[in-house]
Amino acid sequence: MATVADPAEAGAPADDGGGRAEGRRSRATAPGGRRRHGPPLLAISPFCVLFAVFGAFPVVFSLYLSFQDWDGIGDMRFVGLKQYGWLLEDSVFWHSVLNTFEIWFLSTVPMLFLALVLAFLLHSQVRFTGAYRVAYFIPNVTSMVAMTVVFGSVFAQTGLANSALKVVGMDGVGWLSSEWGIKVSLSVMIIWRWVGYNALIFLAGLQAIPTEHFEAARVDGANSWQTLFRVVLPQLRPVVLFAAVTSTINGLQIFTESQVLFQSTDVGTIGGPGQEGMTIVLYLWQKAFKDHQFGYGAAMGWLLFAIIAVFTLINWRLVSGSDREGRAGIRSLLRRKGAARNGR
Amino acid sequence: MAVDERERTTGSAGLAIGSGSRLTRVCVRGVLLLGVLISLFPFYWLVVMASGTTEDIYSYPPKLVPGPHLLDNMGRVLDTVDFFGSLFNTVVVAVVGTALVLFFDSLAAFAFAKYEFPGKRFLFGALLATYMIPAQLSLVPQFVTMAEFGWAGSLTALIIPGAANAFGIFWMRQYAQNSLPDELLDAGRIDGAGFFRLYWQVAMPLFRPALAFLGIFTFISIWNDYIWPLVVMIDPDRVTLQVALANLNVLYNTDYSLVMAGALMSVVPLIVVFLIGARHFLRDLAAGATKM
Repeated sequence: MATVADPAEAGAPADDGGGRAEGRRSRATAPGGRRRHGPPLLAISPFCVLFAVFGAFPVVFSLYLSFQDWDGIGDMRFVGLKQYGWLLEDSVFWHSVLNTFEIWFLSTVPMLFLALVLAFLLHSQVRFTGAYRVAYFIPNVTSMVAMTVVFGSVFAQTGLANSALKVVGMDGVGWLSSEWGIKVSLSVMIIWRWVGYNALIFLAGLQAIPTEHFEAARVDGANSWQTLFRVVLPQLRPVVLFAAVTSTINGLQIFTESQVLFQSTDVGTIGGPGQEGMTIVLYLWQKAFKDHQFGYGAAMGWLLFAIIAVFTLINWRLVSGSDREGRAGIRSLLRRKGAARNGR
Repeated sequence: MAVDERERTTGSAGLAIGSGSRLTRVCVRGVLLLGVLISLFPFYWLVVMASGTTEDIYSYPPKLVPGPHLLDNMGRVLDTVDFFGSLFNTVVVAVVGTALVLFFDSLAAFAFAKYEFPGKRFLFGALLATYMIPAQLSLVPQFVTMAEFGWAGSLTALIIPGAANAFGIFWMRQYAQNSLPDELLDAGRIDGAGFFRLYWQVAMPLFRPALAFLGIFTFISIWNDYIWPLVVMIDPDRVTLQVALANLNVLYNTDYSLVMAGALMSVVPLIVVFLIGARHFLRDLAAGATKM
C-alpha cells in the first residue's frame, strides 16, 4: 500500500490496507488520488529535499571521493582501493585507532559504573530529586569547547590538579604531556560530561520497574543484594544496553576535547605530544581540512563507520545476549541516538 | 508526575538502599552531594579564573575564591575578538535553525503519523537509516557541497543542512501517534479544514509539550556544535561562538583570565536556556529512553 509509486494508481477502493485515518479521510474527501496524497507529500517534501541533498547524497559522494585523490582545487585522480591500502599502512591512522579505543575504554567503563551507582542512590532518595537531576545534567548541555578550556587549565603543569597533588605531598603529573596523562585527562572530561546523562537514563529505567516485583522479592525473602542482582539488574538490561551502545558510538567519535586541548596552528602538534591524543575523527579532520586530502578523509570516514558498526553489533551481543532484546535495543537506540548526539 | 509518585513508593521500599539506618541515609546523601559538587565545580572554577588575573591562576597555592577582575576580563574579551559578532551569528543560527527544525519536523511527522501516501514506509525507513551513519562520514562531501553552492562561510551553511532532522521527525511522530486523537482530526474535517489547517490549528497546539523538548534539545545542539562550523566557516572573522572561543584559546592561551572570561560568556546564555526548560526537558529525556 505505502509503496505504490504513482499517487493516481492508489485509487479509493484499493487503499483500505492503510491507516484508519486515511480510510476515513478518503470517504470524507474526493477519491481522486493526486488530490488526496498531495498535502501530505507536500508536507514531507522539505524533509525529503533536505535529506536527499544533505543526507543521502553526501554518503554516496563520500564513497566516490574515497576512491579519488583530490586536494579540493585541482583535478580528481582515480586511485581506487589503493586509497584504503594507504590508509591501512598509515601508522598515524593506526595510532589514532588505538588511542580512540584506549580513551573509549578508560572513559566508558568507569562512566557506566558510576552512572549506575548514582542512579541507585538517586532512586533511593526522595528529597531534592529535581535539583539533583538538573545539577547532574548540566555538564552534558554545556559547550564542550568552553569546558575543555577549563579542564585544560586544571590539568596544566601548574594547574589545579597538580597543585592538589602537591598539597598531599605528591609530585605533579604531566597530564597533558605524557602518554597516559593525556588519555586520563581526556577520559576525565568525557566521564564528567556523560555520567549524569547516563545516570538519568538508568534512573528512568529503575523507575519503570513495577513495584510489585519488589514486593514479590520481599515476600520471597530476598535481601537487598539479591533484589539488586536478581530483580533490578536483569530488568535494567535494555537500558544498560542503550547506554553502552550510545557511549560506544559517541566514544569512537571523540574529537572536540582533543582538538581544543591540543589545538595548534602548527600542524605537527595536532593530537598533542607524541600524538597520544590523536583520535580517528581528529585525524580525519587534519587530513581533510588541514592537509586538503579530501579523498583520504572520505576513506577514513568509511573506516570509522565500519568500526562503529562492528562495535555496535558486538555491544548488542554482549549486553543483550538474545536477539529479541537486541532488536528492542536497536529500536530504542534509533529513538534516542539523536538525543545523545548533541555537540558531537 | 506519575514518575515522581512511583519514585516515592518504590524508592526506599524497593531498593532498600536508603531505607536502612540513619547512617546509610546520610552516606547516600553525602555521595549524591559529592556528585553535585564534582558536576558543578568546573563552572565554579571557570568563574574563579575568569574573575582573577592570569598571575593568580599561575600562583601557588592557587586562589580558590573569585577575584575582582571579572568585568575587566570581559571587557578585554570584547576588545580582543568580535564577541558580539560571533554571539549574533550563533543566536541567528540557533534561533532560525531551531524554528525550521520545529516546523519541518512537526509537519513531516504529522503526515507520517496521520496520513497514508505512496512511498511512506520506504521514506520512514530511509529516515531511520540516517541515524546509523556517523556525521563525520558526511563531513568532507558536505563541505564540498557547500563550497559548490557558494555557501561556505555563510550562515546558510550552518542553518540549512540541519533544517530537518530524522530524530525530530521520529520524536514528533511518536508523540503525534499517541497524543493526537483521530476523532479530533475528523471533527476538523467535518468543519471543512484541509491538511494544512488541521496541522496548524489542531495538531500544533497539542504538539506543544513535544515541541518544547525538541526545541530546547535542538537549540542546545546547534549552539554547541563545533566541528561543522569549524570546517565550514572559512572566514576567521565570521565564526560562531564555539569557534571564536577555540581561536581565542589558541591565540591567547598564556592569558588564562582572558580565555576564561570568553569561555564564561559563551556558556552563560546556554545555561540560562537550559535552566528555563530543564524540568520538562529532563522528564521527556528520561521517558524517551525507557519507552521501547
